[in-house]
Amino acid sequence: MRLLIIEDDRESADYLVKAFREVGHVADLASDGEEGLSMAEGGDYDVLVVDRMLPKRDGLSVIGSLREKGNRTPVLILSALGQVDDRIKGLRAGGDDYLPKPYSFAELQARVEVLSRRNVGPAEETTYRVGDLELDRLSHRVARGKDELTLQPREFRLLEYLMKHAGQVVTRTMLLENVWDYHFDPQTNVIDVHISRLRSKIDKGFERPLLHTIRGAGYMIRDGLR
Amino acid sequence: MTAFGKLIRTTAFRLTLVYLFLFALFAASLLGYFAWNTRRLINEQITTTVNAEIAEIQIIYARRGLQGLATTLGYRALRPGANLYLVTTPEGRAFGGNVESLSPGVMASTGWSETAYRRLDERDTANHYALVRVTQLDNGFRLLVGRDLEERRRLFGIVANAAQWSLLVVIVLGIGGGIFVARRVLQRIDAMTGTTRRIMAGDLSGRLPVGRSGDELDRLAENLNAMLERIEALMMGLKEVSDNIAHDLKTPLTRLRNRAEEALASSGSEAEYRAALERTIEESDGLIRTFNALLMIARAESGQARGNMDDFDAADVARGIHELYEPLAEDDGMTLRVKTTNAPLHGNRELIGQALANLVENAIKYGKPSPVVQPMDPIIAARTREILIEARREGNHVLLSVTDHGPGIPEADRKHAVERFVRLEASRTLPGSGLGLSLASAVATLHGGELRLGDAHPGLTATLVIPALSAAGDRLAAQTPDVPQKVA
Repeated sequence: MRLLIIEDDRESADYLVKAFREVGHVADLASDGEEGLSMAEGGDYDVLVVDRMLPKRDGLSVIGSLREKGNRTPVLILSALGQVDDRIKGLRAGGDDYLPKPYSFAELQARVEVLSRRNVGPAEETTYRVGDLELDRLSHRVARGKDELTLQPREFRLLEYLMKHAGQVVTRTMLLENVWDYHFDPQTNVIDVHISRLRSKIDKGFERPLLHTIRGAGYMIRDGLR
Repeated sequence: MTAFGKLIRTTAFRLTLVYLFLFALFAASLLGYFAWNTRRLINEQITTTVNAEIAEIQIIYARRGLQGLATTLGYRALRPGANLYLVTTPEGRAFGGNVESLSPGVMASTGWSETAYRRLDERDTANHYALVRVTQLDNGFRLLVGRDLEERRRLFGIVANAAQWSLLVVIVLGIGGGIFVARRVLQRIDAMTGTTRRIMAGDLSGRLPVGRSGDELDRLAENLNAMLERIEALMMGLKEVSDNIAHDLKTPLTRLRNRAEEALASSGSEAEYRAALERTIEESDGLIRTFNALLMIARAESGQARGNMDDFDAADVARGIHELYEPLAEDDGMTLRVKTTNAPLHGNRELIGQALANLVENAIKYGKPSPVVQPMDPIIAARTREILIEARREGNHVLLSVTDHGPGIPEADRKHAVERFVRLEASRTLPGSGLGLSLASAVATLHGGELRLGDAHPGLTATLVIPALSAAGDRLAAQTPDVPQKVA
């Protein structure tokens, strides 16, 4: 995956480039808004990671300018401004995801990978499949092998989101944001409880678990054999 | 600056001077107008009577000649009053009348003139003034008829006198009054200045003196006092926060540091290092959460989040939070229930959701019934493990409440519990930042409402009381919303 990181703080930029390269991505760096804009226009990137406060041209205006020219590359905004209002502003400006600083790299990586998939993968399938688990988005049916599973509506949406991003790490915050539409930090492990309920329904009694916990990052659904 | 200099610099004193000048001008013009009109009236009267008399005398002269004229004048001059008569020969000699002397040249021309005169029959030597008319008779004789002007002079004297005295009185009273008013104002301003100096010097508890009259200065003082109260509260809050940050954030920071140091010092295995690093990350995540909560409170308290408000039903929020937390409560051995009716709000949905989530988390964490010694009726036991989320409308307000049946918070501690970083002794053993209730409270305040803690016999009812949608317009205007006094 090719990434462009637009970030003016040298140290965090270097850290990001290095970290992304370590997990096997190609990462370029632009250190101000203008450079970032021209690189984003010229290069063929899968995801842009844009800091909001940049010299010469601020992040939101870079994104706005790209979108105006029809560039649809997914953008993740990184910003010290982390309040809900700020996020909404960022997303309205054309960002696809918003991560407030300070962040954990695992969270950033998970979000960037989910964004990149959205760019290339088939838009919206009606049926998701992972191993022998099958979810029909239209009829709201979930089955594993021959067994039909009964899920609560919210469990269904949770599984739907996980399966949409099968093979990718999905963090707790991403789940809270995308499944429940809340943008705050619960002080408790409320997401873990929902996951464990879901897990007990889809994995219990089966030989191969599909729903995996990724330590320090979040969860991933995938066929254990792959 | 001298005391007097200060005095005459006051607005009150300056205004007094301006008014004084205006009133003096007004009084002078009034008196002047009066005097001028009186004079005109007197002159007119004299002119009319003198003209009439001259006409009469001319008729007599025409009929009876000089002899008749002399007799008539002699007769008329004897009448009491102030009338003057004089007839002169063509040579200018006095021929008859009661005038002893006149200003020179009066008889030389005919027509009206004012002149000093002396009468024949008067002993006093002072000059009097008269308005006279001289007419030419046949044969070169001249006739003078006039009226004394003493009355007019006296009247003018009175008016001038009145003008002088009234001017004096006006000036004395005006300046005296000005000084009095100015001093009064000055005293109060000085008192205010003294207080503000003390406050600027750092004593925020000082308040401006407020009189009983309720005048503009009192109102100003009251408003300034209210402002000072707010500032004092904010400063206290700031101090408290910095103290608490010093305490509550330094502790985890120190822990963080110690762990890193410990791991570095020990020649442990890679697995041990990993564990130490993981704990470090966990600890810093906790710190970030605390900072985020603090920032959110600060934002809510400063009213910045007001920009992102829309209309929504708080019942949806309550159901959403219920849905999110129900499994968590169940895992903890509690039952989370929700009861909602239509509860329209105008506000920041995200913040309301977070505030409610905080209340629910608190209830799950602290709302477990205290261990019971006696065996309990299973039905009652089940009920005490129940947490109820309610959203409903009551009058002009929307109430969002979370009720548990745990130990509750003693009445004396309730006010305290809402403050930042405060963790009641009973809850110290459980994880948490102590910011949950203060965030809920800040969110309620942002929406023009408040957070109330009540008794659920046993347990705690935490209620967000927020003006409902229809009252939203009033709420923005009102500083202190009238909230219902009782929460069921």
